[in-house]
Amino acid sequence: MPYIPHTDADRRAMLETIGLPSLESLFEDVPTQCRFPRLNLPPAASEMEILDELNGLARKNRAVGQFAIFLGAGAYHHFVPSVVDHLAGRGEFATSYTPYQPEVSQGTLQAMFEYQSMIVRLTGMEVANASHYDGATAMAEAALMALSITRGQRKKVLVSPTIHPQYRQTLRTYLPPDSDLAYVTGDEDPGATLPDLVAQLDQETACLIIQNPNFFGELEEVDGLAEHVHAHGALLVVVSNPIISLGLLKPPGDYGADIVVAEGQPLGAGLNCGGPYLGIFTTRAEYVRRMPGRLVGETTDRQGRRGYVLTLTPREQHIRREKATSNICTNQSLVALRAAIYLAYMGKQGLRAVAELCYHKAHYAAHQIAQLPGFAVTTARPFFNEFRVRCPVPVPQLNRSLLERGILGGYDLEKDYPHLKQEMLLCVTEMNTRAQIDRLIAALQEVSR
Amino acid sequence: MNEPLLFELSTPGRTAFTLPSLDVPAAALPEGYVRADLPLPEVSELELVRHFTRLSQLNYCIDTNFYPLGSCTMKYNPKVNEKAASIEGLTQVHPLQPEETLQGSLELMYRLQEALKEIAGFAGVSLQPAAGAHGELTGVLMMRAYHRSRGETQRKKILIPDSAHGTNPASSAMAGLVVVQLPSDKRGNVDLAALKQACDDTVVGLMLTNPNTLGLFEEHVLEVCETVHACGGLMYGDGANLNALLGIARPGDLGFDVMHFNLHKTFSTPHGGGGPGSGPVGVSERLLPFLPGPIVVKEGDRFRLAVPDKSIGRVRAFFGNYGMFVRAYTYIRMHGPEGLRAVAEHAVLNANYLKALVAPHFPVAVERTCMHEFVVHGDISGTDVRALDVAKRLIDYGFHPPTNYFPLIVRDALMIEPTETESKQMLDAFAQALAAIAAEARTNPALLHEAPHTTPVSRLDEVKAARNPVLCYKG
Repeated sequence: MPYIPHTDADRRAMLETIGLPSLESLFEDVPTQCRFPRLNLPPAASEMEILDELNGLARKNRAVGQFAIFLGAGAYHHFVPSVVDHLAGRGEFATSYTPYQPEVSQGTLQAMFEYQSMIVRLTGMEVANASHYDGATAMAEAALMALSITRGQRKKVLVSPTIHPQYRQTLRTYLPPDSDLAYVTGDEDPGATLPDLVAQLDQETACLIIQNPNFFGELEEVDGLAEHVHAHGALLVVVSNPIISLGLLKPPGDYGADIVVAEGQPLGAGLNCGGPYLGIFTTRAEYVRRMPGRLVGETTDRQGRRGYVLTLTPREQHIRREKATSNICTNQSLVALRAAIYLAYMGKQGLRAVAELCYHKAHYAAHQIAQLPGFAVTTARPFFNEFRVRCPVPVPQLNRSLLERGILGGYDLEKDYPHLKQEMLLCVTEMNTRAQIDRLIAALQEVSR
Repeated sequence: MNEPLLFELSTPGRTAFTLPSLDVPAAALPEGYVRADLPLPEVSELELVRHFTRLSQLNYCIDTNFYPLGSCTMKYNPKVNEKAASIEGLTQVHPLQPEETLQGSLELMYRLQEALKEIAGFAGVSLQPAAGAHGELTGVLMMRAYHRSRGETQRKKILIPDSAHGTNPASSAMAGLVVVQLPSDKRGNVDLAALKQACDDTVVGLMLTNPNTLGLFEEHVLEVCETVHACGGLMYGDGANLNALLGIARPGDLGFDVMHFNLHKTFSTPHGGGGPGSGPVGVSERLLPFLPGPIVVKEGDRFRLAVPDKSIGRVRAFFGNYGMFVRAYTYIRMHGPEGLRAVAEHAVLNANYLKALVAPHFPVAVERTCMHEFVVHGDISGTDVRALDVAKRLIDYGFHPPTNYFPLIVRDALMIEPTETESKQMLDAFAQALAAIAAEARTNPALLHEAPHTTPVSRLDEVKAARNPVLCYKG
């Protein structure tokens, strides 16, 4: 058997020490009628065979490199520098556990402290946890945290319809319509704007959640927003997607956000068919004891040397059980490490540079598309690297034609926003060359003819 | 010996990145929206590589050390898994691509769903949850939705044994349920009398870890399931210890209605210093309509995404931690049915063998044939040496400490899980170290109180860290 080192002699000697006659006799506590089921699974494969099998499955996909990608909508095609795979792939990081024993886990702990430090600076917030599952679950738990901060006195969670549809669906799984804990509202009108939401703030509201840039890529008008929210005693939660935009744009900490969450996938995780991704979770220092997830803190050892530990653990499930701030245990540590390596590699200048590439290329594409007969760029506000396009034909039909031309087209918005007829959401990143963009323009022109 | 922080290594103007030059006309930046400063570190590529390489060397890990962390299943993480997960055509796909361009990935997810159903005896599986605790939340939300769909809104109580992982009560509380703790009996089982007393028409169900956190198979598992079902409740299985049951017993056959799998424990995907994990949920027939979607269904030779009709909804964006699916599927295929059974048999063999070697020095909490792990008292009678001292001293011998002070019901618990991938020689060496430490406790207890002595830092001041939290670099 692969990976099991025992020889026949080992097994015999070990059973003798235990005082049992056979491996089977170890399982006498298991009810006989259920013991040793025959599993109907394919027989064992060798390493060669399984890799062949998986390569066969890969051939049934169309993956990056096989088309030009203009699809974003929560998962983004960005370059992953070689150092990320190399360093995060090291067995010392990948095959260690949660750093419960700090003396033998300083590598993971210091890297997480550095991750927290860089995320705090990127978002303009005061505290970041050591990661959450993904952007959607981070947002759901941000709502739970806001409910906890307002001590269960407030039950209204106000959400903007311009938050990623899957994030709002996830929130409603955590807080179902028949929940006693809270209710989610604000997005019943898919066209509701930020002023519409502000008008719904009241003494019942625990938090207002917005996404900025919003799901359509637009930069929301956030001046004065936090003041309105705070005037009603509520919290402002911002979903900061795509996170790369913070290389260029004002961070939510600067405009008064109380909790900022994001999908960290653009920071070196790759597309990975949707996961593992990275939930970024940050808040202000005053709320740290209500925050879910692990936190790494700095301290000293017995000789006064600097070191790092998991801290403020009385928030967590293994200490506080049903009174914990969250049930989260295993998080996305290795993906957070990738983000830390990515952010350090890009650095102060590089993250700005990649954000600007995204911005300029997206604006070039939008400008060209706006010239095409039959197409209209319907994004009215300033945008980052995603924008809405109204098309002369239904989006699924358009996308099929693009696919035949080696282009992965945009997200069909009509599915989630019925009033946005024949509109799609296009995304441009640093991975899209001008030649690819020009190919997209030519294809759109051809298809609509 | 300390490695500086990235911020301390930073030099203004230094860079590592390369990017293509701008090949389109520059657009005007949006006035009033641009940030003034981006205070990230500035280091060269070599500085970066040395920094993270040196940090990595401060960790113990499976690749370098025996890591018998109970309940965490630190088995060998096969390298083929990593190669499989880096097949670009299989993994570097966008989750929102049209289904016809994702057939390979969807087929892999389908095959994994089918394999997990077969291994654990369930009618359906959703791969979505990101980790074990996330799977628990998913499970209790399904149980809640099931009762509500039958108009039984009065069911709000969830029964949880006192030996359970902390995630069980925490997940239940998040779903708005009221936790009722059940005592364990002297043999480490759920106390049947207490269970019977707690069972009524307000019960949502029971969350049971089997084998439990003492490493013991629940001797009355069939009766426990019957009792809970008889009052209309459902059985939740915490699958953290499923590695002991592969090919030995199927939780679905035992009577469980829903269970999460920890792909990062049972199916060898790496723990990554705390994650990512993956926590798919399996369900019996009656919970099938409530599974979170999308799940993958097969129609002819095509695969597509579907949402069950009474689904609780999605529990995260996209499909789940797909990279972990590829690794776990690879592991299952590399073993086949006989290999999976051998995994459980040898995990249990190793645990019982190590228990026999350790028991003379550290008394076992409940003396029974154990499953994949066992719990001993880590304090040394007649001395002031506690479990923590023993755990820290093990580090000096080159071993990662066992889980300590859990389960909560055992005084000075040391929870030891060797896993099937360790050799007899390694177990012998570990047992010898424990014997030596037990002797040191009597002759030189200070050696233990001050341990570890060989690490880059000694015991850290956790009180200071919590009293005056420094959670990011302030320089």
